[in-house]
Amino acid sequence: MATATPETLSYDSIPKQNRPKAHNGMKTIIHVVCIFLSILSVLPFWVMIVNSTRSTTQIQQHALSLIPSSYMINNFKILTGKSFNPLVGLGNSLIISCGATLLTVYFSSLTAYAMVAYDWKLKKAFFSFIVGVMMIPAQVTTIGFYQMVYKVGMTNKLSMLILPAIAAPSTVFFMRQYLYPTLSMEIVQAARIDGAGEFRIFNQIVLPIMKPAIATQAIFCFVSSWNNLFMPLVLLTNKEKYTMPIMVSLLRGDIYKTEFGSVYMGLTLTVLPLIVMYLILSKYIIAGVALGGVKG
Amino acid sequence: MKKKKHSEVRYSKYGYIFSIPFVVAYLIFQLYPIIYTVVIGFTNMQGVITPEVHILDNPFANFQTILTSPSFRNALKNTFMIWGVNFAPQILLALLLTAWFTDRRWNIKGQGLYKVLIYMPNIITAATIAILFKSLFDYPTSPAQDILTSLGLISKPINFPISKSFCRGIVAFIQFWMWYGYTMLILISGVLGIDPEIFDAAEVDGASKTQVFFHITLPNIRTIMLFTLVTSLIGGLNMFDIPKLFMLGGPDNATTTASVFIYNQAFSGSYMYNRAAAASMIMFIIIMILSSILFFLMRERDDGYGTTSGKKRKSYAKKGGAA
Repeated sequence: MATATPETLSYDSIPKQNRPKAHNGMKTIIHVVCIFLSILSVLPFWVMIVNSTRSTTQIQQHALSLIPSSYMINNFKILTGKSFNPLVGLGNSLIISCGATLLTVYFSSLTAYAMVAYDWKLKKAFFSFIVGVMMIPAQVTTIGFYQMVYKVGMTNKLSMLILPAIAAPSTVFFMRQYLYPTLSMEIVQAARIDGAGEFRIFNQIVLPIMKPAIATQAIFCFVSSWNNLFMPLVLLTNKEKYTMPIMVSLLRGDIYKTEFGSVYMGLTLTVLPLIVMYLILSKYIIAGVALGGVKG
Repeated sequence: MKKKKHSEVRYSKYGYIFSIPFVVAYLIFQLYPIIYTVVIGFTNMQGVITPEVHILDNPFANFQTILTSPSFRNALKNTFMIWGVNFAPQILLALLLTAWFTDRRWNIKGQGLYKVLIYMPNIITAATIAILFKSLFDYPTSPAQDILTSLGLISKPINFPISKSFCRGIVAFIQFWMWYGYTMLILISGVLGIDPEIFDAAEVDGASKTQVFFHITLPNIRTIMLFTLVTSLIGGLNMFDIPKLFMLGGPDNATTTASVFIYNQAFSGSYMYNRAAAASMIMFIIIMILSSILFFLMRERDDGYGTTSGKKRKSYAKKGGAA
């Protein structure tokens, strides 16, 4: 975000007559390509939403239509009449994603603060460790994790998908990189003189300073937790505990084979909240991606 | 001086205290599972109830089975193939868009909206996208068949789902489509981190847009491009949702990636935990090698935000000035 400012400033500082003329032909090509790519991004979702309002017969006759029809309610009834219960999925996904996001941003900030504000012997080694393990994906440890959870009888417990979020190395790394140049130790010292405890200083002074970084990381943590299919699919076998992506995978099943309209309906239900949220927060999300070049 | 030293010692214990939650959670939920996975890879853990889990007489038997197994090799081949086919156009298109969006002489209006729309697929649930594309390319009726018929390209529906190369291609396309916007945003942030004075100097010297891109922009974002390559490769090695749900790894295992293979070994009714663990460890080793390359790359970077270090920037400035 901040890096964008000098660019605009320096361009404006060039006198108008010195700016080279735009090549209009090439510029048109650029816009055509960009518009094509934008349509490519939107079209599949548009087709999905439109088809969720059309009857299976209509879709069979013309699978592609850009104009909505009136079978939305009907499709919804067929969808929920079978094993698809979007409210259960929505509830479970919300619990997991909110819980995991809160834990990740809070404890990652705390760990980052520990690395920035204090001098301790193992600090450097700890930081190297975090950078070293940052890229290890959860998938390669799944078998051990599943067996561990299975042995203690905790499969089908949502907490097993929430608690691991306390240790998020890449978020710690990001938070540390943000806090390092931002935190002024004078404020911390002043608070100490006023008699505030270290924990209180973190909660009341440092956390507010970290708000922009927390917002960015919270969005991405929430989205990746919401979209996660692998771990929930491994751990959750009870239908009452299914998350939204597992619900979606049920649409792949044979019972929906001939119910085109309701499959599109189910897909739409799972992404509509995401699309709405994205369009509202897009400014922050785009800026956040640029900042957090670390997230894989 | 003495006082300061004293206070540092007094406070340093909080460094440890505040790291405890992270360390404990890491030990339980990540380090222990890693070690446990390694151990399982050497045992006979198979089936729903294994009578007595013990280390095999030949501890590496599972690894040998996996490494010589045609289906694992096929899965590895698919993974790299699908990743490669998606990454090459992904980085090229991302570079092209970066060149257009960052050269202020183009001054592309509405690029904010373009970025929002181009990045959008990345945020949508991959599971949904996989099933959506399955519906879009279904046989005999689907929107894709409709488009091709109305364009006069085909006279009767094509059975897409049984074509191996077509399904691989679609999985690669979905990966490309979901990730090029992300790559573009990362590259743009890298370019914005370059000292604007270099561009000013180049413009004054009368460098064309193409020259600026190849002689200033590209060398300056070399590190971040390598970084993108490695993170994308690690992500690609774990590709699961799309191949698993698009064609369930088929047809004829054409879209079975390493992750789908591991999942199927352990959780699709065969309960081969030991072999799945061995396969995971092989993937883990590949990823560790890649991560160490990444670690090495990041040591060069000052701030972790993708800009090249000040020192480098200066040396490029000199080169840029000379060119």
